[in-house]
Amino acid sequence: MDQTHQRKVKIRIQNLYKVFGRNPQRAVEMLRAGKTKDEILKKTKLAVGVADASFDVYEGETVVVMGLSGSGKSTLIRCVNRLMEPTSGTVIVDDVDVTELNQDELREIRRRKFGMVFQSFALFPHKTVLENVEFGLEIQGISPDKRRPKCEEALRQVGLEGWGDYYPDNLSGGMKQRVGLARALAVDPDVLLMDEAFSALDPLIRTDMQDELIALEERVQKTILFITHDLDEALKMGDRIVLMKDGAVVQIGTPEEILTRPADRYVSKFVENVDITKVLVAADVMKKPTPVAFVKDGPRTALHKMKEAGMSGIFVVRASNWELVGHVTAERAAEAAKHGERWIDHITSANECATVPLDQPVRSIFPMISGNPVAVVDQANVLKGVIVRGSVMAALSERGEDAQQGEEANA
Amino acid sequence: MLELPKMPLARWVDGLLEWLTSAIAPLTRAFSGFVRLGIDGIVNGLGFLPPIVLMLIIGAIAWWIASRKVAILSVAGLLFIWNLGLWGPTLSTIALVLVATVISILIGLPLGIFSGLSLPFNRAVTPVLDLMQTMPAFVYLIPAIPFFGLGPVAAAFATVIFSIPPSIRLTALGIRQIDREMIEASDAFGTTTMQKLFKVQLPLALPTIMAGINQTIMLSLSMVVIAAMIGAGGLGGEVWRAIQRLRAGQGVEAGLAIVIIAMILDRITQNITVRKENSKVKV
Repeated sequence: MDQTHQRKVKIRIQNLYKVFGRNPQRAVEMLRAGKTKDEILKKTKLAVGVADASFDVYEGETVVVMGLSGSGKSTLIRCVNRLMEPTSGTVIVDDVDVTELNQDELREIRRRKFGMVFQSFALFPHKTVLENVEFGLEIQGISPDKRRPKCEEALRQVGLEGWGDYYPDNLSGGMKQRVGLARALAVDPDVLLMDEAFSALDPLIRTDMQDELIALEERVQKTILFITHDLDEALKMGDRIVLMKDGAVVQIGTPEEILTRPADRYVSKFVENVDITKVLVAADVMKKPTPVAFVKDGPRTALHKMKEAGMSGIFVVRASNWELVGHVTAERAAEAAKHGERWIDHITSANECATVPLDQPVRSIFPMISGNPVAVVDQANVLKGVIVRGSVMAALSERGEDAQQGEEANA
Repeated sequence: MLELPKMPLARWVDGLLEWLTSAIAPLTRAFSGFVRLGIDGIVNGLGFLPPIVLMLIIGAIAWWIASRKVAILSVAGLLFIWNLGLWGPTLSTIALVLVATVISILIGLPLGIFSGLSLPFNRAVTPVLDLMQTMPAFVYLIPAIPFFGLGPVAAAFATVIFSIPPSIRLTALGIRQIDREMIEASDAFGTTTMQKLFKVQLPLALPTIMAGINQTIMLSLSMVVIAAMIGAGGLGGEVWRAIQRLRAGQGVEAGLAIVIIAMILDRITQNITVRKENSKVKV
């Protein structure tokens, strides 16, 4: 979290309202007075799209706006590049208030800053794949010789090299959306606006596209505002998630925060069906690694430590920096003691224990924890914690209870 | 019941027409000049070619745009017309239809685009179009005469009025029915209004616009017969003469010729956009 706060704010959305209908300002005042969306609709026939949304998107971050249909998420993303005019509030992109721009300035900022990807792809059927990708540069007046290499590069990035001369109708859904993505990338925008970009795709292709977007994001470092109604997608894609309901922001947080500390009943309802093991990582469920044996411990010391803690084996680390050396079982330690060995380093096995990095998803750890405990290490191979079967279960049930208690408190 | 004096609607219209005739004289003269030039040019140009060459050219166009079947049937139909001795009147009918269609497109397309983009304008235009389409076609003949006198120009004027509504309506429809996300995509990339119109809206609306133009051609062909009453000549003139002299045979001959021309024009114009789409698919 601290890391995020140091980064530059790319998009700042402040007290944004969007109301559809005649004289929408009325509804904004009613919302400020605490009236609900339904009350306003009944009284004034005005439809509230977004109600007082505020959040920041940091540079290079992927923020997922999630909510059910009608929660205002698509309206929100359209207010960012003003495909819809906000009724009230500000959208600041790189210190420029987008809501204040005139038509010419707005066109400029759309050309330079934003690339947008749409749910139903919105490819132009009368243009070839390459011409579609070229669209953004074409309307900027860039000559064909200059824009073509860039667009072929964009096609290559999405894995569609050589498909430039085909028409969108010849392509499958997944390929179409790759074209949509390439079209957005071709103008080299700072911000990618993705409106339910993968929602129309088959589950398998969808997973592929998600993985590829994540990989792409690593390479090109774009700021991404991603809209989805799918929690799994949100958890997978988002550095942070903005949860919306009835046009209002209900909770903002990292995927784990959303899952483990739902702000209210609505959010917990949303997350209760999520397989928590997909989201939790090794660092979330590991225990303190004590006790450990040091390389210079004798076999009897190691045995004593195991006996005290009631363990049948122990991790061995260097005393200076806690770098993991290996694992010793009680059986071998006893044998070594019998033979009068002075140090345990001879009997320490590096292969006996599984090690996982801190960010390893818990789901993939399950198969490893049937026998020996699993060591959790950082990049320098320093022992940070251990995972035993019991600690995973404990962590899971604990989170589950938290969520339930939260729900009861809110009910 | 109270006797109300009859509203002098007829007199008002007459007065308006009289005033209009003098007020828009320069306009009518320009229209007249354009129509005469167009009709004479086409009739002379087409008449200059030997009939068989023209038939083959039309056949080739039909083959290129539509299909071999349409091409063969077109040539056969034209041969039949030529055999009936109706080649001359057919040429002037085609000329009148082409000129009327060009004028309808020149006026109808911009109006249709504007009406597709602006809802208020569309609301204002729609009742006028309704009126134009429900008013009996004969009524247009009457104001055409004071403006242009008897003859093909008056006929072209009446034909344009009668046949222009589908061009306007379907152009507007074609633009309005474009998927919202397409327009958003265009806007999101920062198109100007003109870029959006020419690079996105018109190409996407093209099939619908072509359907409108096809209907305009068909309507002008049907009006051409009625316009024969004010001296349009051509095949309509033949029919009109047959009616006046009660010669059923001649009437059927000229009528058949009109049907053949209608079918040829219809098949060719119907296929213009389809052909384009097909030829673009590479695989």
